[in-house]
Amino acid sequence: MSSTTHYPAATVSQAVETHTLAVIVDNEPGVLARVIGLFSGRGYNIDSLTVSETEHQKHLSRITIVTRGTPMVIEQIKHQLERLVPVHRVVDMTIAGPAIERELAMVKVRGKGESRVEALRLADAFRARVIDASTASFVFEITGGSGKIEQFIALMIPLGLVEISRTGVVAISRGPETM
Amino acid sequence: MSREMTGAEMVIEALADQGVEHLFGYPGGAVLPIYDALFHQQRVHHILVRHEQGAVHAAEGYARSTGKVGCVLVTSGPGATNAVTGLTDALMDSVPLVVITGQVPTHLIGNDAFQECDTVGITRPCTKHNYLVKNIADLARVLHEAFYVAKTGRPGPVVVDIPKDIQFAKGLYQGPKNIQHKTYQPKVKGDLERIRAAVELMRHAKRPLFYTGGGVINSGKAASQLLREIVKLTGFPITSTLMGLGAFPASDPQWLGMLGMHGTYEANLAMHDCDVMICVGARFDDRITGRLDAFAPGSRKIHIDIDPSSINKNVKAEIPIIGDCGHVLEDMLRLWRTGAAAADKAAMAAWWKQIAQWRARKSLAYKNSKDIIKPQYAIERLYAATKGKDVYITTEVGQHQMWAAQLYGFEEPNRWMTSGGLGTMGYGLPAAVGVQMAHPEALVIDIAGEASILMNMQEMSTAVQYRLPVKVFILNNQYMGMVRQWQELLHGGRYSQSYSDALPDFVKLAEAYHAVGIRCTNPADLDAAIAEMINVNKPVIFDCVVDQSENCFPMIPSGRAHNEMILGDAAESIEDAVTEEGKMMV
Ligand SMILES: Cc1ncc(C[n+]2csc(CCOP(=O)(O)OP(=O)(O)O)c2C)c(N)n1
Ligand SMILES: [Mg+2]
Repeated sequence: MSSTTHYPAATVSQAVETHTLAVIVDNEPGVLARVIGLFSGRGYNIDSLTVSETEHQKHLSRITIVTRGTPMVIEQIKHQLERLVPVHRVVDMTIAGPAIERELAMVKVRGKGESRVEALRLADAFRARVIDASTASFVFEITGGSGKIEQFIALMIPLGLVEISRTGVVAISRGPETM
Repeated sequence: MSREMTGAEMVIEALADQGVEHLFGYPGGAVLPIYDALFHQQRVHHILVRHEQGAVHAAEGYARSTGKVGCVLVTSGPGATNAVTGLTDALMDSVPLVVITGQVPTHLIGNDAFQECDTVGITRPCTKHNYLVKNIADLARVLHEAFYVAKTGRPGPVVVDIPKDIQFAKGLYQGPKNIQHKTYQPKVKGDLERIRAAVELMRHAKRPLFYTGGGVINSGKAASQLLREIVKLTGFPITSTLMGLGAFPASDPQWLGMLGMHGTYEANLAMHDCDVMICVGARFDDRITGRLDAFAPGSRKIHIDIDPSSINKNVKAEIPIIGDCGHVLEDMLRLWRTGAAAADKAAMAAWWKQIAQWRARKSLAYKNSKDIIKPQYAIERLYAATKGKDVYITTEVGQHQMWAAQLYGFEEPNRWMTSGGLGTMGYGLPAAVGVQMAHPEALVIDIAGEASILMNMQEMSTAVQYRLPVKVFILNNQYMGMVRQWQELLHGGRYSQSYSDALPDFVKLAEAYHAVGIRCTNPADLDAAIAEMINVNKPVIFDCVVDQSENCFPMIPSGRAHNEMILGDAAESIEDAVTEEGKMMV
């Protein structure tokens, strides 16, 4: 019964949820390092992260992070992000109201003959565009929710998928309200 | 009004404008222009430490004993990396600091230049915020912003890294006026509806308890005053964390002593059994809660904190109130006064009766000896000799620190400086140097262990140079006592590397530093020796040779609940205490 550490044991935890956070930050050197360092330093997960300056005059960037954790951890993540000095706002898109999430992927498929035709047919069904073509390959551009992209990728594997580049998730709320 | 000057001059100008009188530092190539600017003026006094870690701890001691921002100046590379422990310490204990580091010239950054290190990269996780100033036009603003960020909201250390070419460059200096931060504006007023709900909950409490922390001290003297008023008015018992000692007077009958791993029986049992917990400026750290799922199981919790990320981190609060303790306590006090009924009198009487029974257990009692100085006895005698004096206590880390926290009675805030969050051995002496600098007339004592004191012993030289009569009171048990205690508890008493071998002769060491050395080995001589220490107006190293085998009780072993604590007299050794359940489980 003797304890073997000098820390309390972890307690039974709640169920893990996936949340998408939109973080508005000053676009200054090191700000992304602060955000990423926070996640690695405190052991939080990053499933996807996108960043770009969105308001040039104000030098504001928008970072979209998809993360996983128990409700208590998700709350911590938001508060810890808000604590960073260059962070203006943190909005949890998953609970702030209905939101749209999109991702863009470019998918390279190599093949000839029947599989090439099949790839084109499926791409059409998924509304993926051909943005590059050679006699032996296509590059498709597809946008949509992560699920749709996953599905498309799964279908392309047997048809000669050789390379993928994905942006990660961006999100925006529905309706007239802004964040 | 803006004036043209060099970056180095701007640094001094900004410090002076921010009210900095004392700057702790150590020179080097990348800060020479700033040292040159220091040479030409009288407003900012530089204190030359002997190691950059010492500079940061000194600034911490200075800040915590005055409530002002502590200020440090160090060079690039090794100067900056030596400061890292101090920065982490200040971050963990929420101490406001501005630490200025020199950097190689901007054109050499990233080049592995001589004494270059990625200071902002290294210090990012151990500062509240940091800056690399690459343009002279930003320098004045960044410096003033650094002070604002360090002291606003939950305080913390801020690093400003200044490349050498920026120190030479000329630019326009702007004063601190009109510096407003665009994003960082923490909320200080608590939500009134929540405070009302909290007061309502408190009114109907049957077994309430105030649990307070360092946040009350950080909020300022007024917060401690308000805390005293509300505790008096409600009649509730109060306990506090290590960091919060002194916010409420230890001599008051409502005071239950410190809680947590080495807290008193009454404080921890009251915590376990309370029905309403009012947490003020504390953060439910693991040294406090022990096993989380057994922590205060029947309690409804009110949590006041300026840092939203402290709330619901470890423990779910029913009524979270985000705001400065001082502001919130003020509102709370007003609502309590204007409300209808006071606390439930009958329930309170029963609660206090229960507490009296726990108190009667006298959990801090120990077996004294005529032949050997017990460390607890040494603290008690030190307290008796210094009580009522203008005294400040710092500590190192270990058993001596816990005994000091348990047995020295703190009556006022800002009088107790200890490394709580990080537990940094080597904190106490430089911190005492900083405290003494701010309070030249006061009695400043570092309660030390023989192992810890060797970690920043070099600062004795600083104390001597600046005629700072700090007293280092070493409880010399020839062991890293706290490590030994854990080895007894968890590792079968195998004292792997925890014996303090080849110790210096501390009396001779004091003399080598041109300080005064005193040794005491006999309990009968202790009072006279302590009196001698207090009366010399010079730095003193007091080698108090104490019982080597004493352990620090009460103790909640790793990850246990508050009602599973080990009491000192319940077991012959702690090893027994862990195995013979019946004896020590209370
Ligand atoms: C810098 C640092 N290194 C290691 C530790 C781990 N540690 C905690 S207490 C302690 C022993 C301290 O011994 P001493 O100063 O003699 O104090 P005592 O416990 O004997 O009173 C050690 C090694 C620490 N807290 N800080
Ligand atoms: Mg020791």
